[in-house]
Amino acid sequence: MKIQKCKGMRDLSPAEMAVFRLIEGVFRDCCLGWGYREVRTPTIEYLHLFTSAGTLTPGMLGRVYSFLDWDGWSGDRVVLRPDGTIPVARLYIDSMVDREPARLFYVDNIFIFEETGKKSRERWQCGAELIGAGSAAADAELVALSLEVLKRLKLGEVEVKLSHAGLMKALLASLGLSPEEQASVFDQILDGNGEALACLRASNPALEGALLPLLNLKGQSAGFLRNSRALLAQHLPGIVPYLDSFMDTVELLEAMGCKYRIDIASGAGFEYYTGMIFQLFAGDEKIGGGGRYDALIPSMGGGDIPASGFALYADRLMNLIRPAELAGPAPKQVLVRVESQEPGVLAAAFNVAGQLRQAGYVAGLDLGGREPEGLRWVLGVRGGKPPFSLEDRAGGSRAEVGAIGEVLELLEAEGADENSPA
Amino acid sequence: MKIALPKGRLLKKTAALLRRASWELDEYHEEVRFYHSRSQKFPHMLAKVFHEKDIPIQVAVGNYDLGICGSDWVEELLAKYPSSSVVKLRPLGYGECALYMTASPSQPAMVAAMKSGDGVVRIASEYPNLAESFALRHRLSLFNIFPVWGGAEAYPPEGAEMALISVAAEAELGQRGVVPVSKLLDCEAFLIANRNSWEASDLGDVVASIGDKLPAAEESRIFTGVAVAPEKIARRPAAKKDADTVRLALPDGHQQQPTLELLGKCGIDIDDYPSATGNRRPATGLEGFTVKVIRPQDMPLQMANGNFDLAITGRDWLREHLYQFPSSPVRELLDLKQGRVRLVAVVSQELPDDVPGLRQFIARRAQTFRVASEYVNIADRYARDKRLGPYRVVPTWGATEAFLPDDADLLIENTETGRTIARHNLKIVETIFESTACLIGSAEGASRPVKRERIESIVKTLRAAVEDI
Repeated sequence: MKIQKCKGMRDLSPAEMAVFRLIEGVFRDCCLGWGYREVRTPTIEYLHLFTSAGTLTPGMLGRVYSFLDWDGWSGDRVVLRPDGTIPVARLYIDSMVDREPARLFYVDNIFIFEETGKKSRERWQCGAELIGAGSAAADAELVALSLEVLKRLKLGEVEVKLSHAGLMKALLASLGLSPEEQASVFDQILDGNGEALACLRASNPALEGALLPLLNLKGQSAGFLRNSRALLAQHLPGIVPYLDSFMDTVELLEAMGCKYRIDIASGAGFEYYTGMIFQLFAGDEKIGGGGRYDALIPSMGGGDIPASGFALYADRLMNLIRPAELAGPAPKQVLVRVESQEPGVLAAAFNVAGQLRQAGYVAGLDLGGREPEGLRWVLGVRGGKPPFSLEDRAGGSRAEVGAIGEVLELLEAEGADENSPA
Repeated sequence: MKIALPKGRLLKKTAALLRRASWELDEYHEEVRFYHSRSQKFPHMLAKVFHEKDIPIQVAVGNYDLGICGSDWVEELLAKYPSSSVVKLRPLGYGECALYMTASPSQPAMVAAMKSGDGVVRIASEYPNLAESFALRHRLSLFNIFPVWGGAEAYPPEGAEMALISVAAEAELGQRGVVPVSKLLDCEAFLIANRNSWEASDLGDVVASIGDKLPAAEESRIFTGVAVAPEKIARRPAAKKDADTVRLALPDGHQQQPTLELLGKCGIDIDDYPSATGNRRPATGLEGFTVKVIRPQDMPLQMANGNFDLAITGRDWLREHLYQFPSSPVRELLDLKQGRVRLVAVVSQELPDDVPGLRQFIARRAQTFRVASEYVNIADRYARDKRLGPYRVVPTWGATEAFLPDDADLLIENTETGRTIARHNLKIVETIFESTACLIGSAEGASRPVKRERIESIVKTLRAAVEDI
């Protein structure tokens, strides 16, 4: 029987891991620079954490990996974490309350079943959460942080799409739908079904007039929101507070020189969002998103604490960045080739490799088989005298060397040449 | 061409339908002795008899091209695995039933109240996947699903807040002692097909032969969760429970008679057990005890959750539970030394009849070794310990012999005499353990002195009766 990788799961090869670490490194540097601190939550959590009121849509809950633990006779199921934010909120409530604001970040994998098995069911996210701050400045901080990461990843043009969960709910409430229908449309929008509203419009022409504001709330400036406010406030006074809060954030982003597009009806995200929602696109590809979730921590029993956060999709970023532009110079590699199998000579070879590593080189013993790619330096170690020979594949030269200090000098001299302009 | 046919409640009418369709099956009549059957009319067809619940799965995985079963079991499969390769071809006009989410009249579990309510909503059901979609759709914030083998209506209000059950008509709910919360689904017998077979094979003649004999029928529909009742059931306080009352679970099914005899020997009267009307709460003359009748398979889990203090079940089901949950507090208190069966590993005649031989057999072939059993955890442990790897456990709901040799390679089955196994031309590899009826309780015991004394006293009485046998 052939051994197979589990369907829908992904291996990361050495080359892919290098790209992954690049992204992770940039993300960590940015977050640490903004005063965020890294956390890691367990892969397995109780299902209850995600079913408690309004944390994930039924559509998402229907695709979690859940099972009974070895002591799960009470029927309490556990899940492979399907979301990054909720566990961090739990961690905060568990052990970090009274430390507001908490700026936290994580790089974690999440698991969501995907039917075809063609897309990955395990996804890697770089996420940041700002817990305990409810202002427009907090929203703007997260947008700016996410954009800084993407800029340092040299991703080129990134589009920011803005929406507002509270505004969306208030507009849906004005449609005269039953609460179930409202929740269902809201969930469909959150699950990324951009057509949900268009379908609703087609199936129910009477709603046309009421739906228009929702469908037409698209624009690229705070001015547009101000005008919409004037137009809508008369008919729908209930939406004014949401529009005002949205406008605060948008005006601030505008002042910070951030370009964005507003599209209220495209709010893909999580049911726990209550305020501003932002989505990040590179071309057509969504590479991240976030939003404000002021009701999440209260609903989990953590007190009245506002919060917001975002996540970048590492798997998608891996396909988009150009690693060569981001990676620093690779450390020089030396292959240590032992020309005798005597234990004394082998020990000497390990010793010399250790000294090379200390000097900043990548050095390992040649155990046979294929040579590493792009190998330039081969250091021969033999029992006799002189004990070393240093071969430079690039220059085609070979030098007999008497001591490790000389080897290092030779490598350094050549390295200087290599880096100098021709 | 292979078709999976139901035993149980749909057997009689399905056999009659296929008789009208002139299939002339040699072994599918009102009594099923053999699980394989051939048709005179369609000589290339192999018909096999399964428990109804296994049929959608067998069809979906492609072991069978066609199947007949209640649409409830198709929906149960699709609720969890919406992309299953099952096509519902047409309703057959019999076997009607409906699935209701129900609650106890003493504690009506209104969905709205549940959503905002505190505490966990427990739902007992033979349909755990449909129960879960119900819970998700209604946004229950904390819920646990208890899959049960049967008798789910006996669980509310003590063992569960709600039970999802199947009844032939709504009026039956009252007899079962529950009130409807919501109607989920109307069901009936359905002809189903594997999607690939339906697209690639010529099933036209077979399907047409059935279709000709049917009255025109309407498609069954899923009701997406509109509560039909009970708007205003008064919240009656549940009957006051005495904390010293010992809650005893007695088995339904074929263990009833020997259990009744044993209790009779101890001078314990149980009224209406076995019950002709399906009463699951028989009265007892035993002071300080209440009795509930549930499936023996479900008892250890219920005991672990503190819903019973004592239960009479089989050691096989206790062990199955402890293999799944090793730190469960449930323990055997007394061997009742009756209902003796052996749990055996069974293969078809062509396979080696010892474990080393089986290992060689597995090593030589490309397919995964398939172990079918009602005892999923015992089967898993057996295959793992005997290194029958790479293997897969196929859960079944009965009639497990039907799975050999085409749909499984090894069975873990219970047998009293071995005659059924021999009749199906199968052979026993080895006995895994012997199982008898046993009295089970919690390792933690009762903390209250009166209750503890009551438990100790009945254990003593039963032990005396058993030793006297």
